[in-house]
Amino acid sequence: MTKEKFDAIVVGAGMSGNAAAYAMASRGLKVLQLERGEYPGSKNVQGAIMYANMLEAIIPDFRNDAPLERHLVEQRFWIMDDTSHTGMHYRSDDFNEVTPNRYTIIRAQFDKWLSRKVCEAGGTVLCETTATGLEWDSAGKAIGVRTDRAGDVVLADVVVLAEGVNGLLGTRAGLREVPKSKNVALAVKELHFLPEEVIASRFGLTGDEGCVIEAGGTISRGMAGLGFLYTNKESISLGIGCLISNFAETMERPYALLDAFKRHPSIQPLIAGSEVKEYAAHLIPEGGFNAIPRLCGNGWVVVGDAAQLNNAVHREGSNLAMASGRMAGEAISIIKSRGGVMDKASLSLYKTILDKSFVVEDLSKQKDMPSLLHTNSPNFFTTYPQLISHAAQNFVRVDGTPKIEREIATTAAFLRARSRWGLVSDAVRLASAWR
Amino acid sequence: MSTENREACSPPSGRAAMKKELPKQFQDYRNVWVFIELEHGQVHPVSIELLGEGRKLADKLGVHLAGVVIGPPGGQGTANAIADAFAYGADLSYLVESPLLAHYRNEPFTKALTDLVSANKPEILLLGATTLGRDLAGSVATTLKTGLTADCTELNVDSDGSLAATRPTFGGSLLCTIYTLKCRPQMATVRPSVMAMPQRVNKPTGSIIRHELKMLEEEIATKVLAFFSDGDSNTANLAYADVVVAGGLGLGAVQNLQLLKDLARTLGGDFGCSRPLVQKGWMPVDRQIGQTGNTIRPKLYIAAGISGAVQHRVGVEGSDLIVAINTDPNAPIFDFAHLGVVADAISFLPALTEVFTKRLEPRNLEKFVQ
Amino acid sequence: MHLVVCIKQVPDSAQIRVHPVTNTIMRQGVPTIINPHDLAALEEALKLCEAYGGEVTVVTMGPKMAEDALRKALTFGAHRAVLLTDRHFAGSDTLATSFALAQAIAEIGETFGTPDVVFTGKQTIDGDTAQVGPGIAKRLDLQQLTYVAKILSIDAASREITVERRAEGGSQILRTRLPCLVTMLDGADAIRRGRLDDALRAARTKVVKWSAADAGIAEPANCGLRGSPTVVKRVFAPTSREQKARQIDTTNKPLREVADGLIAAIFADQPALKHDLGFLGSTGQQGVPDVDRES
Ligand SMILES: Cc1cc2nc3c(=O)[nH]c(=O)nc-3n(C[C@H](O)[C@H](O)[C@H](O)COP(=O)(O)OP(=O)(O)OC[C@H]3O[C@@H](n4cnc5c(N)ncnc54)[C@H](O)[C@@H]3O)c2cc1C
Ligand SMILES: Cc1cc2nc3c(=O)[nH]c(=O)nc-3n(C[C@H](O)[C@H](O)[C@H](O)COP(=O)(O)OP(=O)(O)OC[C@H]3O[C@@H](n4cnc5c(N)ncnc54)[C@H](O)[C@@H]3O)c2cc1C
Ligand SMILES: Nc1ncnc2c1ncn2[C@@H]1O[C@H](COP(=O)(O)O)[C@@H](O)[C@H]1O
Repeated sequence: MTKEKFDAIVVGAGMSGNAAAYAMASRGLKVLQLERGEYPGSKNVQGAIMYANMLEAIIPDFRNDAPLERHLVEQRFWIMDDTSHTGMHYRSDDFNEVTPNRYTIIRAQFDKWLSRKVCEAGGTVLCETTATGLEWDSAGKAIGVRTDRAGDVVLADVVVLAEGVNGLLGTRAGLREVPKSKNVALAVKELHFLPEEVIASRFGLTGDEGCVIEAGGTISRGMAGLGFLYTNKESISLGIGCLISNFAETMERPYALLDAFKRHPSIQPLIAGSEVKEYAAHLIPEGGFNAIPRLCGNGWVVVGDAAQLNNAVHREGSNLAMASGRMAGEAISIIKSRGGVMDKASLSLYKTILDKSFVVEDLSKQKDMPSLLHTNSPNFFTTYPQLISHAAQNFVRVDGTPKIEREIATTAAFLRARSRWGLVSDAVRLASAWR
Repeated sequence: MSTENREACSPPSGRAAMKKELPKQFQDYRNVWVFIELEHGQVHPVSIELLGEGRKLADKLGVHLAGVVIGPPGGQGTANAIADAFAYGADLSYLVESPLLAHYRNEPFTKALTDLVSANKPEILLLGATTLGRDLAGSVATTLKTGLTADCTELNVDSDGSLAATRPTFGGSLLCTIYTLKCRPQMATVRPSVMAMPQRVNKPTGSIIRHELKMLEEEIATKVLAFFSDGDSNTANLAYADVVVAGGLGLGAVQNLQLLKDLARTLGGDFGCSRPLVQKGWMPVDRQIGQTGNTIRPKLYIAAGISGAVQHRVGVEGSDLIVAINTDPNAPIFDFAHLGVVADAISFLPALTEVFTKRLEPRNLEKFVQ
Repeated sequence: MHLVVCIKQVPDSAQIRVHPVTNTIMRQGVPTIINPHDLAALEEALKLCEAYGGEVTVVTMGPKMAEDALRKALTFGAHRAVLLTDRHFAGSDTLATSFALAQAIAEIGETFGTPDVVFTGKQTIDGDTAQVGPGIAKRLDLQQLTYVAKILSIDAASREITVERRAEGGSQILRTRLPCLVTMLDGADAIRRGRLDDALRAARTKVVKWSAADAGIAEPANCGLRGSPTVVKRVFAPTSREQKARQIDTTNKPLREVADGLIAAIFADQPALKHDLGFLGSTGQQGVPDVDRES
């Protein structure tokens, strides 16, 4: 059999790979997509909140048939210590709009749907097929991939590496480094099934309304990390993640952390009586702007988590993945339509488009945030949360102590824990990293 | 039942709730029949279990119970089968004897049974869910275009006299009760060991009604070239063992299976396993216990290193006493076992064997198969 | 040779959840798989195809999404896939299912060549009846070989097949004529992994989709609920045992002592076992009072 040749091979059928494959296939390119999972999404883990705009840019009428769980009308931010949480809740009926902005999704279903769109657009998708290596020509240009199925190399003008944070293809080929442990978080997540009515009543939701909780504090035992609880139709996604480097230092076990989070008195009643299915662990790139590797070369581009395009501060990953995938796909289509060769110079079009987009802009704006939170993690994740709950309790408890004494006690507690200078400098650094 | 297609899970649909008006041609169908399975001259125990159930149904309906015996002429097999039928409650028996029926083959057996049914019109027909019973029941039901409910775990008679057949569905996660509307006979199969063995009673035999098989060997396309008996030596007869010791993935390594065998031997019982061990090739498939393996109802079942998944559970629930050995105190098997030991099976099994050996007469060893 | 394999898409029964109140299956997040026994049948068909040449057609009756199962079968190396889907089929029991499949197989024969062997799995893991195979055989008037452990030989010239069939208490060697229907036991071989070109071909093969009418079913009265003599009247969850297992105390005890405790509890619960097993008493000597009273 003669070797098959494609315009592009996309490795991975996650958010970024599907976006890239769709962008190219819908523009008439001959696309082959390889996915090692049993079906697209079978192995993919996400909270998961999906942001509508980035998907709209790819499939404008996605709301007609995409498997969406709930649209979010309420966001809770919780600061937790061992027995309490201090929270800010934002809920607005404005979010019950015709085209809501954020949805919870279940990746296994969502990815499958998006992949179907790729097929409908003319792409060829092979599941249970792992790309095992890149094939190079003598001039050092990627010309195809090898797979774990018996048979030949498949050839293509360009390979889009959409292989996720762990992506071995790119790291093995030396296109980028293995992500540093201080730049990757490990998140563990469970899906808790509950009847739809129970979820609706526990969170005060009607119809497809959804609520999410993001929680930080002593639950991460001093490590840089956050917990989350997202409502789906008939289930609740619950998880917690911390930096790999922190796990290594503290010898904490991720599952123990999740277990404690589940048992926290503020969380436990929300999931009581649920049936747990699916336990998953996954990495999240958290290095931000400074960790972005080389994005293209001769015959290849890298997109999504594999390119460390993930905004840890805002917990956005899938949208950057979708956006970067789409942009790579568009760039490749443009080069193809001009009859250009897919080399490093022409493919830098992708980088140019990406640099100008919100993707890189957002990441560069907060480029110092990751390192700040990481180096000061005990303060941000243990000391402050404890102080805040202490303060809140002082504020609400009525036991005959004069109010002024309590306020003094609160201030003193802050100062004892963190010198005045420390407090100020944390505040300044936090503010400037955010800006 | 292909329950999946029929939204089995919704509450009774309009049709199910409907009054069951039986078409005229079926209104004179009466009596309960049990197919007595004979293989190589032996009556299969499942047929006896079914006679017990059949008797109860016939009594509730106020009708006769008949045993149906199909086999070769002259041998002891059919005679024994008829004797058993009466001893376990049948009021009458139907007998089809022909040299063509020496070994089980689908064509002549299907013809014999369908002709019998058409001529004598039973309202209920029960068969064992064995390789033979299932092969035959499927053909007979299709020929007669009637309903057949497989692997029932409970049989009952409704207030209007129809058969309510309950069976597990979705791998034992749910049970459903199935009716055969508008057709007769109402057919059902039951797996060996699911129903209790009834008492043998010595009572006068009833009438034997003979039928002829109208078929020639030349008309039968399928020939039996050979039969290799499993003998007693190396196959499991788990379904009927009094004591079963089984192991699961928790045993960790293939050599640890010896620990099971040692205990089973000491107790004069048999040994089995959960499905993953079969998949790993550690044990042959006939030793698998559960939904897709054997159903067992021993007096004592000891499960070592088995988590107790629902597919395993449905195969062992009929045991008189279930003992579970598992390192995980939260293992689901402790939800349905009677006695639990939170211990490492690999070290506990030898200790248990040792203590049993001291406490028991050495006679059990002879009973041990293999 | 033309081999037709009936496959069914089933929920992965290990992962089924039941709604605690309504007792309905909660399908969300429950993955579907090809009925595992059908994979054994498919593997056998692919093997025959390698040995004798020919084509493998897979067919399923089910909802639209059953196309996924067919696609997968194509990836394993099947040449053609037929999806039989129609709202008239909804609510089929095994009699109605085998009717529809038999019609479709007859139509497959007309369109793509008469099948030599029709395969089904031993049984499905959701329906679990093992009835559909025999039903198809009867309706198509094919010789029926159930519980086949191994296909020993096929003689293309005399059009005969010899198989080893699992029977009660042993194995039968059966010979019959083609065409026939085989329900396959799980064999020794797992389903193969298709080659890259199989996978590529599969991705490009269009699944043939037939409605009832396309399959030559003029009279839908034999299909779906109307064609099903059986009806599911009630669905309920098995009653769970009230009590959890009584745990034998193991704290700081040597294993032999734990074993003693367990044995005492076993005989306390099932005194008749003492006789069955030949119990000598707790100290190993005959006549010594045993442990009944302990618990
Ligand atoms: C617990 C958790 C919660 C999150 N929550 C959110 C959230 O709420 N909102 C949000 O926007 N983002 C969230 N993220 C981040 C988001 O999941 C990722 O940013 C996004 O999935 C990245 O998409 P991707 O396509 O780059 O990678 P992935 O989705 O990981 O896809 C990579 C794909 O490539 C396949 N693959 C890898 N190697 C090969 C190979 N060699 N051959 C073939 N296939 C291969 C994989 O199987 C996989 O399907 C979360 C992440 C985690 C872990
Ligand atoms: C369609 C279908 C049909 C199936 N049919 C069957 C069937 O018929 N029969 C069947 O059994 N399964 C069946 N299964 C599989 C079933 O779902 C489970 O996967 C299987 O029963 C688990 O086997 P296990 O308990 O041996 O293994 P596991 O679930 O892995 O459990 C091992 C257990 O051993 C314990 N353990 C570990 N180490 C030790 C130690 N040293 N000492 C003591 N305990 C230890 C662990 O705590 C754990 O509970 C079926 C599945 C499907 C999908
Ligand atoms: N809807 C269906 N479509 C295709 N094949 C089926 C279907 N239902 C059952 N079968 C086949 O019939 C066999 C026995 O099924 P069952 O009688 O449901 O246990 C299965 O292993 C399949 O090969």
